[in-house]
Amino acid sequence: VSPIDPFSRWAGDDIDPGNPVARRTFLKLMGASLALGGFGACTRQPTETIVPYVRQPEELVLGEPLFYATAMPMGGAATGLLVESHEGRPTKIEGNPNHPGSLGAADVFAQAAILGLYDPDRAQTITNLGEIKPWSEFLGAIRAALTAQQPLGGTGLRILTESISSPTLAAQIRDLLKRFPSAKWHQWDPLSRENAKAGARLAFGRYVDTQYRLDRADVILSLDADFLCDGPAGIRYARDFAAHRRPEQPDRMNRLYVVETMPTSTGSRADHRLPLRPSAIAAVAEQFASAIVAPSGGAGRLDARTNKWIEATAKDLRAHRGACVVMAGDAQPAYVHAMAHAMNASLGNVGRTVVHTDCVEAEPVDQIASLRDLIADMRGGKVDMLMMVGGNPVYSAPPDLGFTDALAKVTLRAHLSLHNDETSALCHWHIPEAHFLESWSDARAYDGTASIVQPLIAPLYHGHTAHEFLAATSSRPEQSSYDIVRDYWKSQSRSQDFEADWRRWLHDGVVPNTAFAPIDAGTPKGFAALRAESTPPPFELSFRLDPSVADGRFANNGWLQELPKPLTKLTWDNAVMVSPATMARLGATSTPADTGGEHGQIICDVVELSYRGRKVRGPLFPVEGHPDDCATVHLGHGRQRGGAVAEGVGFNANVLRLSDAMWYGGGLQMIKTGERTSLACTQFQHAMEGRQPVRAVTRDEFVKDPRVVHEGDETPPKTVTLYPDFKYDGYKWGMAIDVNACIGCNACIVACQAENNIPVVGKEQVLKGREMHWLRVDTYHQGPVEHPETYFQPIPCMHCENAPCEVVCPVGATVHSDEGLNDMVYNRCVGTRYCSNNCPYKVRRFNFLLYQDWTTPTLKMARNPDVTVRSRGVMEKCTYCVQRINRAKIGAEKEDRAVRDGEIQSACQQTCPADAIVFGNLNDPNSRVAKLQAEVRNYSLLGELNTRPRTTYLAAVRNPNPELEP
Amino acid sequence: MSQIFHRSTNTISKVSIFGAVFGIAGLLWLFYAVDASPWVSEVHVAREQPIQFSHERHVAGNGIDCRYCHTSVERSSFAGIPPTKTCMNCHSQIFATSPFLEPVRASFRSGRSIIWTRVNDLPDFAYFNHSIHINKGVGCTTCHGPVDRMPLMWQAESLQMAWCLDCHRHPESYVRPREAVFRTDYVPPPDQEALGRRLVAEYHIRKLTSCDTCHR
Repeated sequence: VSPIDPFSRWAGDDIDPGNPVARRTFLKLMGASLALGGFGACTRQPTETIVPYVRQPEELVLGEPLFYATAMPMGGAATGLLVESHEGRPTKIEGNPNHPGSLGAADVFAQAAILGLYDPDRAQTITNLGEIKPWSEFLGAIRAALTAQQPLGGTGLRILTESISSPTLAAQIRDLLKRFPSAKWHQWDPLSRENAKAGARLAFGRYVDTQYRLDRADVILSLDADFLCDGPAGIRYARDFAAHRRPEQPDRMNRLYVVETMPTSTGSRADHRLPLRPSAIAAVAEQFASAIVAPSGGAGRLDARTNKWIEATAKDLRAHRGACVVMAGDAQPAYVHAMAHAMNASLGNVGRTVVHTDCVEAEPVDQIASLRDLIADMRGGKVDMLMMVGGNPVYSAPPDLGFTDALAKVTLRAHLSLHNDETSALCHWHIPEAHFLESWSDARAYDGTASIVQPLIAPLYHGHTAHEFLAATSSRPEQSSYDIVRDYWKSQSRSQDFEADWRRWLHDGVVPNTAFAPIDAGTPKGFAALRAESTPPPFELSFRLDPSVADGRFANNGWLQELPKPLTKLTWDNAVMVSPATMARLGATSTPADTGGEHGQIICDVVELSYRGRKVRGPLFPVEGHPDDCATVHLGHGRQRGGAVAEGVGFNANVLRLSDAMWYGGGLQMIKTGERTSLACTQFQHAMEGRQPVRAVTRDEFVKDPRVVHEGDETPPKTVTLYPDFKYDGYKWGMAIDVNACIGCNACIVACQAENNIPVVGKEQVLKGREMHWLRVDTYHQGPVEHPETYFQPIPCMHCENAPCEVVCPVGATVHSDEGLNDMVYNRCVGTRYCSNNCPYKVRRFNFLLYQDWTTPTLKMARNPDVTVRSRGVMEKCTYCVQRINRAKIGAEKEDRAVRDGEIQSACQQTCPADAIVFGNLNDPNSRVAKLQAEVRNYSLLGELNTRPRTTYLAAVRNPNPELEP
Repeated sequence: MSQIFHRSTNTISKVSIFGAVFGIAGLLWLFYAVDASPWVSEVHVAREQPIQFSHERHVAGNGIDCRYCHTSVERSSFAGIPPTKTCMNCHSQIFATSPFLEPVRASFRSGRSIIWTRVNDLPDFAYFNHSIHINKGVGCTTCHGPVDRMPLMWQAESLQMAWCLDCHRHPESYVRPREAVFRTDYVPPPDQEALGRRLVAEYHIRKLTSCDTCHR
């Protein structure tokens, strides 16, 4: 009860905010508030209802979830998923173990897709010039326009899509182009890997895809490729990479060299990382090609340190012929990709660690050229009818092409999209798109394996799929996407029993034997003709997709906006990221505002970026390991339309992104505006301060004496305690987290959020340090600021044996369980927050306000029914996914057996691409977790405090090249 | 010197001291009594339902097994509430025109669910699993009372935590052989404690009293 407003009528002048409240009055009011608050809790349970089915679906057991296989298409390839459904509501997404691009893991985007599905801001009605219209009227409009196009052969008809891997959708478009031979299909997808495609064409004369077999690669060189977190095969690469890096098999440990600009997850895992400005990477690539393929004598342009680095790396690569990989990143120009192809060929990697296949994209084209053609046609008045299947080109197209202005000249513009966004606003027709969890479709994985996308729920907002949108142009406009997709696969099938096959594909989530066979792409050529710019420009700007919201397509997803970005730990914003030295040179500062226990606010200078005549303002943020004389900005922010969460977050870097310099360009000027702004940052102290939360040693040290990881360890003996030991007769749960494997991709955080009904709090609250994530990933730097070693450390609740939180709770709301869990009992908690004060790991989260949305109907549907939805005034924290433990235990008890090892996977463990988290029973010496905790690398975080955590860590082991060691 | 306090002060002070002690105790007792009373727990309060469905008629009268309607009780946390289809299995033939059953037929025709009032309702922070209790030999009537004698359903036990814990601490006083779990006419034998101890050992029943058994 607020002491100000409700009582002011009775309390008179005493309580006027202008006058100081008299002490007695204050005490009276507080007493009354307390009493009223206490009585307020004395409510009777409300009467609830049970609503049964009229006809219950056969396979459904009420209270038991069902799992369906589907796939998430994104950027021209798909990840296979298993989706948990409770009575028809999808609530949790997992990777599909059968799917080659997932192997059971999922990334942040897949994990957050549940919230994307239930997003209340999604477009809900078909509109024509802002007026709500029925689907039939849209069909009529399309039909009329097509009738006019018929005699012209479709001269004025254009289709604009994103990158497509769906065989059915591609067949539909090809069919349309057959009926309207003069119509054109254009593509524009900010996630498309244009440079990789162009590089392949340069090297092989045609488009081919390149896959890497990292399970066979001993030495990896990445030229600005964030292959662990980025791209359609990231999950698979992370799994293969981590599996090939176990210090317990020191002879098999791979070695990673990374040349990159903006520090990434991949760069953090590197044994040797060379931070360079984007334009310099091409020169390095050239130098590598010169050392590996054919001497070209361009060494003079690089400094001695870089040359030595290249020399040692090239030597290492040559020593591992056929067992190494050279990769080029999406931001690097085509000739760097061509050079990588040439190097892989020279090193004998092709066919071993590098495999070429046909393109997974249904129709690979040069998308910038495609977009440019479309805009030219639109500007020339040649386009009568433009159908946009997804995408948001008004926001994402390079501004110099003038898409927005040209669009106005099209007579009939129709846009299919999830949100009524910047592009929809400029179209005649806007059709709400069905989410992939509401759609029948199909898609291919990075290796070509096809999956059928099956819906988990009927469209919540009357959405239509891309198939239905395109069917509007066909002779059968009312055909459902189920029929369209099924008919396509039936026409492709030569099997006797298509029905049985179809059911099997839906069940497994993959269509067998659809992976593309390796092809012989030929000998790479052509790279030698092209040369990197000889003199680098004075100051460069580099663009990157945002690690949380990508190109902005996930900008309305609160889980992703609040997700601390890898390395920078920024939430709810993008920033102009520069090296600390560059920042100092500009006279700019960033100051953590650390007042009264509130932590999460960092106050930064706002700079104005002037770049080739275009300007934008953004906060300047220092990133250790970023090269000097260049700045990196993340795309995907500064949205104008597209939902309440997306709008107004960050600045729009697309304004500076020109079609001839899509990923970097020179000539940036930064001017301090004198303005300061607050960024919500969940960790700004990355130094370990001698406490060694992350233990890291080199491979050679580890091989010589593995005990080296425990050097300086001050963990007291187990006898140093006043309390008697707990006895565990049955299970004794524990977790081991391999710091050596963790790539800091954040998938675990979103998985935890989805599994445990964790709310989004918003930027204001993150600024006060009140984010609610039960699991966080701390990032630590070690070594020089210019190129530090970086480590990621996921921190869930440690479930301490001597838990400091338990002894201070006055109401017994946090207690030790029979199986070693540190239970949190919400219904007992009165919110003293003593437990959080006493937790040395700071993993407890308090509901300062009512963070959960208790009113929006669709958000209620998103929740996991097995986990309590917490209210204001309650402490919460990681439970080791106790709902999963109980489910498995009950299942095992019913079969009168013990829970098997691996039967319980915590949400973070299940989604981890690198397999860094292992949960299980410590009482079983054969369980994976017990074996890991018995390994010599195992250590306790802050073990010297004698908390005896049962979440322990495995030390990181680097594998540096002795020739490059200082 | 005259007395400062009036003589009555003695009495008043004694009464207030005793009054405070007994008054507070009385208030606590009142609080407890109200909390445990049917007014709060709604024990033995027959609940109005949209259809006058009688368990007495169907269970005792017709001898229908619990699982005919509550199909998921052995497999799931939720015992299951029958879909309208289950009612119509019989009532498309029996009492097919009865006006009492019109809401059932209307539901079946329109596809709209019958909305029942929940009788045994746990708070949302307590997670109960039917299947494991059935599996460990806790009979339906142990918690739900004499369902075969309830024309309208009522809650037979308080469903408060103390009541749960009583059985979780002393399961031997309540468990019955698995084959008798669904029997509504089951009467515990005179040597329940001996039988209970045997079954607890045989069924590997553990006395689970950790908070996370039910709260998560």
